[in-house]
Amino acid sequence: MNQSVTQPGYQSLFQPTFDLERCDGCGDCALQCTFNEIRIEPRGDRKIPVANRLSCGACHRCEATCPRQAIYIEEKPLALRRHGIWKTADIKRVHQQSASGAVNLTGFGSDSDLPTYWDRMVFNASQVTNPAIDPQREPMETITTLGRKALSKKESLAKKGENQLIRLDLPIVFAPMSYGSISLNLQKALARTASEHGMLWYSGEGGLHEDLYPYTNYSILQIASGRFGVTPDYFQRARAYQIKIGQGAKPGIGGHLPGEKVLPGISETRMIPEGSDAISPAPQHDIYSIEDLRLLIYAIKEASNYKPVCVKIAAVHNAPAIASGIVRAGADMIYIDGFRGGSGATPSIVRDNTGIPTELALAAVDQRLQDEGIRHQASIIIAGGIRNSADVMKAIALGADAVAIGSVALIACGCHGCQRCHSGKCPWGITTNNPALGKRLDPDWAYQRLSNLIKGWHHEIEEIMGLNGIYYIGSFRGNRFILRGVGLT
Amino acid sequence: MCGIAGLISTKKILENGDRIKRGISLMNDRGNGLGAGYAAYGIYPDFKDYYALHLMSANDQSLKEAEQFIYKHFEVAFTRPIPVWDKKIKDHPVFQLFFILPGSPVEERLPEEETDNDYVVAKSMLLNRTIAGAYIYSNGKNLGIFKGVGTPLDIYDFFKLDQYAGYSWLAHNRFPTNTPGWWGGAHPFNMLEWSIVHNGEISSYGTNRRYLESFGYYCQLQTDSEAVAYLIDLLIRRHGLSIKEATIVLAPPYWKTIDRISDPEEKELLLLLRSTYEKAMLNGPFAVLTAFNGGMFSLTDNTKLRPMTAASHDGYTYFASEIASLYEMQSGLEDIVTPRAGQPIITCFEKEVIAACK
Repeated sequence: MNQSVTQPGYQSLFQPTFDLERCDGCGDCALQCTFNEIRIEPRGDRKIPVANRLSCGACHRCEATCPRQAIYIEEKPLALRRHGIWKTADIKRVHQQSASGAVNLTGFGSDSDLPTYWDRMVFNASQVTNPAIDPQREPMETITTLGRKALSKKESLAKKGENQLIRLDLPIVFAPMSYGSISLNLQKALARTASEHGMLWYSGEGGLHEDLYPYTNYSILQIASGRFGVTPDYFQRARAYQIKIGQGAKPGIGGHLPGEKVLPGISETRMIPEGSDAISPAPQHDIYSIEDLRLLIYAIKEASNYKPVCVKIAAVHNAPAIASGIVRAGADMIYIDGFRGGSGATPSIVRDNTGIPTELALAAVDQRLQDEGIRHQASIIIAGGIRNSADVMKAIALGADAVAIGSVALIACGCHGCQRCHSGKCPWGITTNNPALGKRLDPDWAYQRLSNLIKGWHHEIEEIMGLNGIYYIGSFRGNRFILRGVGLT
Repeated sequence: MCGIAGLISTKKILENGDRIKRGISLMNDRGNGLGAGYAAYGIYPDFKDYYALHLMSANDQSLKEAEQFIYKHFEVAFTRPIPVWDKKIKDHPVFQLFFILPGSPVEERLPEEETDNDYVVAKSMLLNRTIAGAYIYSNGKNLGIFKGVGTPLDIYDFFKLDQYAGYSWLAHNRFPTNTPGWWGGAHPFNMLEWSIVHNGEISSYGTNRRYLESFGYYCQLQTDSEAVAYLIDLLIRRHGLSIKEATIVLAPPYWKTIDRISDPEEKELLLLLRSTYEKAMLNGPFAVLTAFNGGMFSLTDNTKLRPMTAASHDGYTYFASEIASLYEMQSGLEDIVTPRAGQPIITCFEKEVIAACK
């Protein structure tokens, strides 16, 4: 038998490399690595780190924390014979799967090289007749209202008090990431940032930990197929509620939080026994059709004293028709998650092959709702692979009311995109609830990082508005003339 | 940059276009000869209860198709070519005037075409969208738009505006920078009783245009200002807003200003207008002058990046981009006002207080 195919080290693509002239043998790197990649060995009269060459995933934790800057990560040389169809990843996937007989799991968002349409769009800019606005000197308004709006003043007066609008200071929300998939410390930092910057944060499907109660006025709490942590009290706290139908990273399949990750805090919040797997079914088993969704929307409204209800779907081929149905079923917001959206754990075959880019879904959904004359009845929030403020503004110009960011927030807190969120061993303390690892993420530090990021984006958003001669974000929304496609077809 | 001017006799005294022509021609620095136009109110007293359609056709073929369309959908009381003097401007479209009433009884109409006004709007939009080269660019009662490519003087002579008598006039001197100078793209723009002239550039045009499409207005004239006329018709006529409220929608107070207002009722109204009509708001620099059956009003953007002045004198109100132009229309003016940014000036005819004027 050719043993090399099944030996674990063969699967790793990266390796830490040590500059032994700088290294003083402190051994911290071995402690920082949660994947057991580094060991410390005596060498003569000193100790040196040695790479195990088994499991490095390029998380850069050791490199970033090395006090002597003695480590760098490099790709492990791997000279497979070049092939037009069989790429390295394809071959390795087969090796891995035939060793285990299981479904290959991964985390983070899809890394496939399908086109990212954001990159094929550029902004217009004012010249001469509509003067560009300098945001440092002129008033700029990024205030955004979400929820079901009236068509006219008359209708608005007639339905006074029926529709609650949510006012945001800028059109950005933090994407749903459950307690369990991410650490409580990170959730706290997200919640605090959202409440201090006039944004919203989503709880994800893992229920609401009591440490987050102070921030619920800026929260959208989720009701997903597992119904974790959904209690009568749950419906009294949030600003709005979200029914989760699908997720961009795994359209059509449910969630799975492995039993090892169901630790005491999570068990309590999700209301399931410690150590038991938390399974969210693929569909919501009380929603087999649109009329069932309508029932749930109104049940939630009744239970929550008519808070706005948002429905989250994955960006799929027939998203426009589904979105139209969802609005007519009574949803006040639609959340569309594209195929680059992140995930704590998902089969890679689903992540990389299902769903469509969020920008395509957004353009189609916005147009469909507009054509049907119901665009004002629901706000559109989009997510899935938003990387910077330019992506945000391109989404707004395509018609989105607000944009949700997930992966960006993780990256701001140290994530390097190693795609092992599902392992529970996140060395940055982000996607783990191992008590020792969770401590690596200081909530105050994370809050500061997120806060800085949002501040920076806010400035950039104002710049992009200003250079188009627009001082109010509402005039940017759906203003497709601002965008030009470059090599779109 | 463009020049705009308007004059209105609050006693409805008729006059020809001479004064407004002089007022607008004084501001030739604000135009470049690629567009000018006039709106005149009260010019068709014999057919004042009929919608006066001004049709512009690129050639005889499209005129023929448009005529078939008009006869199919409307009851035509009278039609004739709009008189032109084409010694100076050779290359121009064909112009035709129709006095019409809706051709089908109410019970046979689509729900969105229930009132006569809605019907006329819908059919005008349909013609503009479906018949290549033909445009209804004016469809109000007892009023008409006269516009084209040329200087204000050229267009005045071309349409023989010395032979029309109106009590309310608008004029425009165009310096196009974002769209080509062509006959349909010259100002004023009209929808039913609302005619507008605009100086500026609407940065929010893409948003406004899509918003209007969901209400059945389709911008076909390749100039951002077109959207303003349709927005005003939508807001005031269809949604029943007062002029003051409509100007709040178009140039609203800042959120910060609203937050500081202590009167809860006023605050609620402003919040309601801002959130409901987010996509109707105008962004970018603008000064807009609007004429309607009840009077005339001006509006500038919130930072007032385009000029507007006005003066009242002896039963007349004059509006213009420049004070010199006001003096050109009427000497001896004393009471000249320059409105604050975002503030409208509304003038209504005497004894004719209509709901929108309140």
